[in-house]
Amino acid sequence: MQDRTPVLQLRQISKRFGAVQALSDVDFEVYSDEVVALVGDNGAGKSTLVKTIAGAYRPDSGDYIFNGQRAWISKPSDATALGVETVYQDLALCDNLDVVSNLFLGREDGTRFGPAFADVLDEVEMERRATTVLKELHVRIPSVRTQIANLSGGQRQSVAVARAVMWNSKVVLLDEPTAALGVEQTQQVKELIKRLRSRGLGVVVISHNLADVFEVSDRIIVMRLGRRVATFETANTTSTEVIAAITGVGPQHRPNGANA
Amino acid sequence: MNQLSSQTQSNLVPDGSSLMGTLRQRVRQGNLGPLPVLIGLALIAIVFQLLNDTFLTPVNLTNLMKQIAATGTISVGVVLVLLLGEVDLSVGAVSGFSAAIMAVLSVNAHWPALLAIAAGIVVGGLIGLLQGFWIATFRVPSFVVSLAGLLAWQGALLRVLGTTGTVNLTDPLITNLANALLPVWLGWVLGLGTVGLYALLLLREHQRRRSAELPTASVLMLGLRIGLVALATLLMIGLMSINRNPNVEPAIRGVPMAVVIFAVLLIVFDYVTQRMRFGRYVFAVGGNIEAARRAGINVTGIRISVFMLASALAACGGILAGSRLYAVNQSSGSGDVLLNAIAAAVIGGTSLFGGRGRIWSALLGALVIGSIANGMDLLALPSSIKFMVTGAVLLAAVTIDAVTRSRRETNTR
Repeated sequence: MQDRTPVLQLRQISKRFGAVQALSDVDFEVYSDEVVALVGDNGAGKSTLVKTIAGAYRPDSGDYIFNGQRAWISKPSDATALGVETVYQDLALCDNLDVVSNLFLGREDGTRFGPAFADVLDEVEMERRATTVLKELHVRIPSVRTQIANLSGGQRQSVAVARAVMWNSKVVLLDEPTAALGVEQTQQVKELIKRLRSRGLGVVVISHNLADVFEVSDRIIVMRLGRRVATFETANTTSTEVIAAITGVGPQHRPNGANA
Repeated sequence: MNQLSSQTQSNLVPDGSSLMGTLRQRVRQGNLGPLPVLIGLALIAIVFQLLNDTFLTPVNLTNLMKQIAATGTISVGVVLVLLLGEVDLSVGAVSGFSAAIMAVLSVNAHWPALLAIAAGIVVGGLIGLLQGFWIATFRVPSFVVSLAGLLAWQGALLRVLGTTGTVNLTDPLITNLANALLPVWLGWVLGLGTVGLYALLLLREHQRRRSAELPTASVLMLGLRIGLVALATLLMIGLMSINRNPNVEPAIRGVPMAVVIFAVLLIVFDYVTQRMRFGRYVFAVGGNIEAARRAGINVTGIRISVFMLASALAACGGILAGSRLYAVNQSSGSGDVLLNAIAAAVIGGTSLFGGRGRIWSALLGALVIGSIANGMDLLALPSSIKFMVTGAVLLAAVTIDAVTRSRRETNTR
């Protein structure tokens, strides 16, 4: 798997906030058809790394490489233009709008007669596409015209994920997708993540829940104190090893664990 | 938790096939729409008709519609602002000031009527631009900016009107804006045309949904919707087409222009908010401003333009009010104009918390407030009682809003 070109690669990324070195020379890569879990303790630099990938932060140094080509990302829309979508923990859904409106928010289908703001929305076409996408992803909601306010947490998460992948995206970043969910809904979201992989996407999952990480991921990248300290093939590792890397107290990870 | 969520799911299974099913589902979700206010209106009509049998006569109902047109127009703008989750306390003062600009330009400066009217509306829009810019750029709460506006434009009104304090409107084009009566045949043509267009729009969508294999409402529901709109529209036009001066010549019949203008604004802005990109973004900003921003929506632009529209609509309302009274004076746009405009929007069912509401609430709420005022006038009750009853109705409406909102929130997850 690792002989291929990663769909998205970051090389030697550093980012400093005032006196805090949030990221130091971090490499990161995700391949197509792969789920990478990004784990680490609070303050390890996971969020900074994800926001850098999403285009919300500009790194102080380092390269952003998409499909083997250097890319210049200075704002989130640059990343989405490449096909890199992010689902933040707060989901960024409008509770008062229905599922279709949320899936298409900011990218509505419509007929143009004059200026863009006066476009007449094509609700039928949007509903048709929304229904198709949700069916493909096996997302079960009562109706695509239900307001988000009336959906469960798992359904909301699924809608947010569907929105991220329906625009021909190549890489999806999921920030703590199961943190606020119950057991059954967590299961639904994990199934969804696996389905994204089988659609050929590169999926990056940030999670604190190692059980979930082991269930869905192919590789696990561990961050600690702003550095990437370890990488595991999920199939060939144990949670003890991963926890040791996260905390930095396990004997076998001292050498490449850098400054503790 | 799981039990709760699966229960919610079963509640949500769409049951649009039956009328009662839809209704029950909406009640449970705290999404009642215009139902409470329609029931309220019916109650008000029954009570006042029982107390005084002139209430439901063509003369009185036509008067009522004419009375609410100006406040209702201002209220359309208030609905837009409330949808954003903001408030605009300056709409009353802006309506008075803009009307004064028009009056002074027309009467004192002898501008042509159309130009004077346009100037009044443009001044209103510019005020909204200024206030919206202030709110969106400096992050000053809209409550405070528009409160400052209320005082400032009130002062500007006094200044513009000068020493006399009153400008009597003489230009027939301006006074006809509110008072002219549409020829009966034209009223019917416009009414039937509107209903026909509405039916066409619904049927076309029904057809497109069917060919896209999307779930469609039953033909019964479709017919019911068209039938109700047709009934309400044609009933109103029929009512206003009856001679309101039966005993003496000349006959007085036809829809007042003020009502026509109000109706056109309602239809246009309902279409803009429900069917156009701009409207979708207004709802998005009102629902979750951060989500809207991340979706690439120009949040600042949307906010500024909504405040502009609200002030321009306030100007239209002020001009209508001036036209109806044949004068603009120091009390134009003051007193209960502002409170009624905001109360109408809320009573009509637009949420104070942003993101939920329909333009139609401006009409429904204005009808409630107008009917109460009108009915009490017929009973010759003092304004002390009028104020207290309107206050109680407003409280009831806001309570319904708050209760359904908390029901929505506890209902989920």
